[in-house]
This record gives sequence, C-alpha cells and structure tokens, in this order.
Amino acid sequence: MKHPAAPAVRLLRRLRENLVTLAALAALGYLLLPNVVVLVFSFNKPNGRFNYSWQRFSTDAWTDPCGVADLCGSLALSLKIALGATAGATVLGTLVAFALARHRFRARTAVSSMIFLPMAMPEVVMAASLATLFLNTGVEFGFWTILVAHITFCVSFVVTAVKARVLSMDPELEQAAQDLYASPAATFWRVTLPIAAPGIAAGALLSFALSFDDFIITNFNAGSTVTFPMFVWGSAQRGTPVQINVIGTAMFAVAVLCVLVGLLAGNRRGRSREP
Amino acid sequence: MPPRPEPAAARKTPVRARLVPYWLLLPGIAWLLVFFVAPMVYQASTSLQTGSLEEGFTVTWHVSTYTDALAEYHPHFLRSVLYAGAATAGCLLLGYPLAYLMAFRAGRWRTLLMILVIAPFFTSFLIRTLAWKTILADDGTVVSVLGSLHVLDVTGWLGLTEGDRVLATPLAVICGLTYNFLPFMVLPLYTLLERIDGRLHEAASDLYARPFTTFRKVTFPLSMPGVVAGTLLTFIPATGDYINAELLGPADRKMVGNVIQSQFLRVLDYPTAAALSFILMAVILALVTVYIRRSGTEDLV
Repeated sequence: MKHPAAPAVRLLRRLRENLVTLAALAALGYLLLPNVVVLVFSFNKPNGRFNYSWQRFSTDAWTDPCGVADLCGSLALSLKIALGATAGATVLGTLVAFALARHRFRARTAVSSMIFLPMAMPEVVMAASLATLFLNTGVEFGFWTILVAHITFCVSFVVTAVKARVLSMDPELEQAAQDLYASPAATFWRVTLPIAAPGIAAGALLSFALSFDDFIITNFNAGSTVTFPMFVWGSAQRGTPVQINVIGTAMFAVAVLCVLVGLLAGNRRGRSREP
Repeated sequence: MPPRPEPAAARKTPVRARLVPYWLLLPGIAWLLVFFVAPMVYQASTSLQTGSLEEGFTVTWHVSTYTDALAEYHPHFLRSVLYAGAATAGCLLLGYPLAYLMAFRAGRWRTLLMILVIAPFFTSFLIRTLAWKTILADDGTVVSVLGSLHVLDVTGWLGLTEGDRVLATPLAVICGLTYNFLPFMVLPLYTLLERIDGRLHEAASDLYARPFTTFRKVTFPLSMPGVVAGTLLTFIPATGDYINAELLGPADRKMVGNVIQSQFLRVLDYPTAAALSFILMAVILALVTVYIRRSGTEDLV
C-alpha cells in the first residue's frame, strides 16, 4: 500500500491528526455563534415586534440605542446595582477571605461550608428563599431587595478568589517587613494589600459581571423594578427591539476589551516578577 | 479603620490578636446568616404551612405538601435531571477538546481563546440565549441542514424533536443549556490540563504509546478533578435553570425551575414552591454525593 501522494488519503490523515483542533474550533464556534447573530441582527430592520428573522439592513438602532422606552433606564439601574453589589460583596468577602486564609480558629469548617453552599445551590432555590424572607418580614421589593440579594450571592465568589490569592502568597514577605520595623498597618498597606490586589480585583470583576447579568435571583426579588436582564426577559414576550442587540454587541466589545486589558496586565506582572 | 491581619506566625498571641479572625469574619458571616441562612429557615417553615394569600399562612406541619408536590411534579424533576445530564455530557464533549487545545496546542493564540471563552460571562446571557431562537428557527439553515442529514429523524425517534422543527422541542432546551454552561466546563478543565507536565506526554510517546493511548492512560486520568469540577459546575445550575425551558422549550414540558417560578410568582402558592425547592436540593445533593463517591475525588470538595 504505497500511495503517499493520494490527496484523499493525505487529507484524511491531516484530518485525523487535527481532530482535536477541529473539535475545539467547533466548540468555539458554538460558543460564539449567538454573539455573531446578535451583531448581525443589530443591523436588522424587522417587520413587526420581534427581531428573530432577517428583513433588511439598517443602522437605525445603532444611531438611536436609547430609542426604546425604559431600555436605557433599566441599563442604568443594572449598572447602579452591579456597582453597589460589587462594593458590598468585595468588602465583606475580602475580610472573610483574610480570616480563612490567615487564621486558625474554631468553627473554621462551618464558615467554609457556609461560604461554599451559596455557590453550590441552584439559583432558583436561593432566589425563592430570599424572597420568602422579604415576604415574611414585610420588606417592600425593589432596588434595596435586589441589591441585598446580589451582595449575598456575590460574597462567596469574592471569598474564593481572594482566598486563593492570599494562600498562594509567601508569609515570609510580611515577616520580612516586620523585621524591617514596619508597623502592622504599614505592613498591611505596603505589602499584604498590593499582593492580594489581583485576587480582590478578580473577585470584584466577577461580582460585577454576575450581578449585572443576573436574572433568576432578580426575578424573584425585584417586585416591579426592572433591571436590564428583566427588560430583556419581558421583551422576549412582548417583542424584542433591535436596540437590545445593539446593547448586547456593545457589551461583548467592552467585555473583550476589559478581559484583554486584564490578561495583558496579568501577564506583564507575572513576567516582571520572575527573576 | 483597615483590617489588620496578624502574621500567621505571631510569636505570642495576646487575646486581642486571637480575636482578629472573628472581627474579620463578623460582617460577612452576619450578612450570610441574615440573608442566606435565615431565608432557608423561613423557607423550611413555609414549606410546612397551609393557608392562602388572603387568609395568611400558618405552620400546620402539613408534610403532605411534599408528597403532593412530588406526586404532581415528579415528571418535571425527572426531566430536569435528564436535560441537565444531557447538557453536562454535551459540555464535556465540546469543552474537553477546547480546553485541550488551549492548554497544549494554542501557543500564542491562547490569550485570544481565553478571552473568547471568558467574554460571554460579561455579556447578557439572556440576549445570547434569545439568539438561539433565530439560529434554530423553523426556516433557518441549521434546521434544514439537520433535516437533510436525517439527524432530525434520529432525534425525533429519540423523542428530542418533533417533525421537522427544533425550536420548542427538548433538543432546543438541551442545546441552550449546553451553550449557557459551556464556559463553566472549559475553565476548570483548562486549569487542570495546563498544570500537566508536557514531559509526561513525551515519556508516553517514548514508550511507544499512540496519541490516543496517551490520552486515555495519562492525560484524562490526570484531568479527572477538572472533569468532576466542570460537570458539577454545569449540572447543578442546569438542573435548576428555567430560562432555557421557557425561551426555547415546548410549553407543555417544563423543568422544575419553571414550576417553582410559576408557583412562587404567579400562583402565589408559597408552601408548594418552598417544598419543591427543598426536594430539588435533596435530589441534587443525593446525585452529587453518589457522583463524588463514584469518581473517587472526595478530597475535592
């Protein structure tokens, strides 16, 4: 069997050698296809209320992204809640992470499992239980209940991110600072915090993304307040404006940029620290 | 006043220093006690109440809320577990090659791939899930290709699709769930694969192992903790999800998440919603425990 030049055989062999790459690219395509659709349909001019089938090209939605009632209002509200949730969860989570990473104390396992549980539970269960609390205590649903709910589910993610970072740092660095007569406060501000910063930043970024995009927990705890995901959900029933796709595309572009900057900054840091 | 963690090897521990961890924990743990533990307790008590919204609810230890909910909604539980299981399998099948490519073969493309996997976390997943309505549309390319390849005959025979449409069938829900949770599979797998020493692959090929044997005997076993983490990260949220079933699925075959949502927000039958939540938790807990035992990675969680 000597047909080294037979193109079909060669093609088949190359296919087999690159099977993993092809499968991976297929998976990547699966992951990105909706983003492409969202981009393309942001230039659509639909007939009727729903933007699910292609009609004709138009840039109307891009020139007037806030042209739909309540859309940009809901976007601003989501931003406000995400910023608040990020601030709250980052402070609470960082403190807990330091306690868990640096100290031995009683009830450490109990605390760890209390941090782990909110992440390991289906969102709908947590959403319903929080709403039950608010109903039972007569708290009115709205901005504050959404904020509280978001902080609650973000805390665990911050703890996990910060804890991983603090655990991987060398405690001798702090001892060295103390040996050089740095006060505990100076040690914290000049040594500990800068080293923990990437973990805190990762936790904060994750909180922001989770809160901004959350639907299930918000759906149970929002009352009649409409965040951006709630707006999109409602529009799926009432009719989706093209502007939603414009916002979706813009968010993807901003996200890619943010992640790019984050990864590049991380790479540079990692490289400059190596001897 | 900034928190002041003491160095781990503090020489003497005065009482004040021993209290430091508790001061650090206090705000966060108090928050979780009030907004995570207390709600669970309220929900447990709600599941044992009877009454109506007009008359108010009282605890009557009415355990049959649970048995009634199970009797009525067990198909939804079964469906949720099956859909989530299928989606988890789909994620593993799609996610493994992607994580493998990123870890071993991507070279300078690695950063780009990483960005493309992470970026969806930061963009509205509801908008992206709605895009599947366009992709799977009855007169769309995907459906006509699947139809001409006779794929729809097979999936129809399996009960996943009906006739020549995909939208509003179980296949669309599984497809959406797989899509939504794929990054949760890829990232832990990638983390694990990246740590594998490339010299192990060289050693295997020096010992005349074919690439597939190397994968089966070396790479895959070493990546097991990633597989377990990834499958849990996809299976658990997928079981409770109600967005895909609502947006992409058939109206008459919802998942248990949809039932909890409608009992709580539309029917306002809080005891049933609470009981369903606890049954869902129990089901997941049981499945996860068995799974972790079986996969022999108990030290993982």
